[in-house]
This record gives sequence, C-alpha cells and structure tokens, in this order.
Amino acid sequence: MTIEKKENGNEVTVALRGRLDTTTAPKLETELNGILDKVEKLILDFSELEYVSSAGLRVLLLAQKTLKKQGNGEMVIRHVNETIHEVFEVTGFLGILNVE
Amino acid sequence: MKELTIDASIDSIPAVTAFVDEQLEQYGCPMKAQAQIDIAIDELFSNIAHYAYNPEKGLATVRVEVIEEPLSVIITFIDNGHPYDPLAKADPDVTLSAEERAIGGLGIYLVKQSMDEVTYEYKDGQNILRIRKKM
Repeated sequence: MTIEKKENGNEVTVALRGRLDTTTAPKLETELNGILDKVEKLILDFSELEYVSSAGLRVLLLAQKTLKKQGNGEMVIRHVNETIHEVFEVTGFLGILNVE
Repeated sequence: MKELTIDASIDSIPAVTAFVDEQLEQYGCPMKAQAQIDIAIDELFSNIAHYAYNPEKGLATVRVEVIEEPLSVIITFIDNGHPYDPLAKADPDVTLSAEERAIGGLGIYLVKQSMDEVTYEYKDGQNILRIRKKM
C-alpha cells in the first residue's frame, strides 16, 4: 500500500493505494499519528484502495476515536468501493465512520 | 489442487495472498469475490501467525482446490499448533458506537459473513480451517 498526503492549511487529504490489511495497517497508523493532533479536517481518499481487513478497521476506529476525544477535527472517508462499503456495513462501521 | 507450506508468520501473508490469487485468476474469479477471499486470508493467516505456535514458531499449509457447479474455491489452512477454534468465539456486537467498541475481534466475523461456508476441525494434532466461496 502506498500513502499520498496533501496538506491544505488545516485540511489534510490522505490517499491510499493498494490494500489496507495486517501488513500495511501499521504504516497508516504511523502516518495518522503524525497528523491527528493538528488536523481540522482529515479526508481519507479510498479511490485506489482495493480492500480493508479488520486490521485496517482498527486503525480507522482509533483515528476516529482520537479526533473525537481531542474535539479538534473530523474525519471523512471518500470514494469507497463496493467491497469496502460492504465491510463497513457488515461490521457496523457505516454508523461509526463518516463515509461520503 | 495446489499447496503452499510457509512460516506461520505475519510476513508470509503477501506470499500466501499472491499464491491464492494466482489460482483464482486462472478461473476468472470476479474481482469482488477475490477481494473478499484476500480479506479472509489476511484474517485467518494473521490469526494463525499470532496464536498457533505462540511463543514458538512453526509452519502453516494453505491448500487451494477449485470445484465445479457452482464454480467455487475451497481454501484450507492447516497448522500443527495449539488447538484453537476461532469459530467458537461469540460474534461481536456490531451495533455499538465508536466509544463502546473494543478494538479488534471483527476479523472472524467478517470471514463468516463474506464466505459461503467456514468450518473448523481439530484432527491428528492439526487445526484445520476451511473456507468455501463461489466464484
């Protein structure tokens, strides 16, 4: 998985390409840990992401919780494919994450 | 039938996925089914890597079979580690809010929901976990 980060003031877009799974999730976790304390809007662009496994869900949930606890920002997930949408739906993550 | 025996380690997951994908592509498996199977591999193999031999190390075998009518793939994960039935665990409550959610525990649930059949047996000192998915 590759991560591409674009900053625009306090808005950060993180575009993921490939697979968010056990092997790659720690890479996203590290990237997000460096962003979460200062971001106002975090946009995760999943256009080029093939799938998300539970290891990826864990990182997304942690990021969402951290932002909520800090009260300083919001996280939005965009361009989710059918497979990932189903993973979010089955696990109840559609009700937790902000999926546009 | 094709078989791969490899270290039961997180580092083996990309090789296991590539091995299975190669078989699936030969049968023209639809992309969505392939993604769901790849997710299942990630969940099940990472489980084996974490629990089967802990704290020792060991090997795991992944067997891929394709059956006709309906065209389906059967993937069997075999290890010689501690007896462990991942299907025995209760399903997580997926209606809880972000604050109430425990981290993790969703992997096996995802596999159960996306595969057509998931079975476990412990036989002759081996954990044998089998998934079946229509292509």
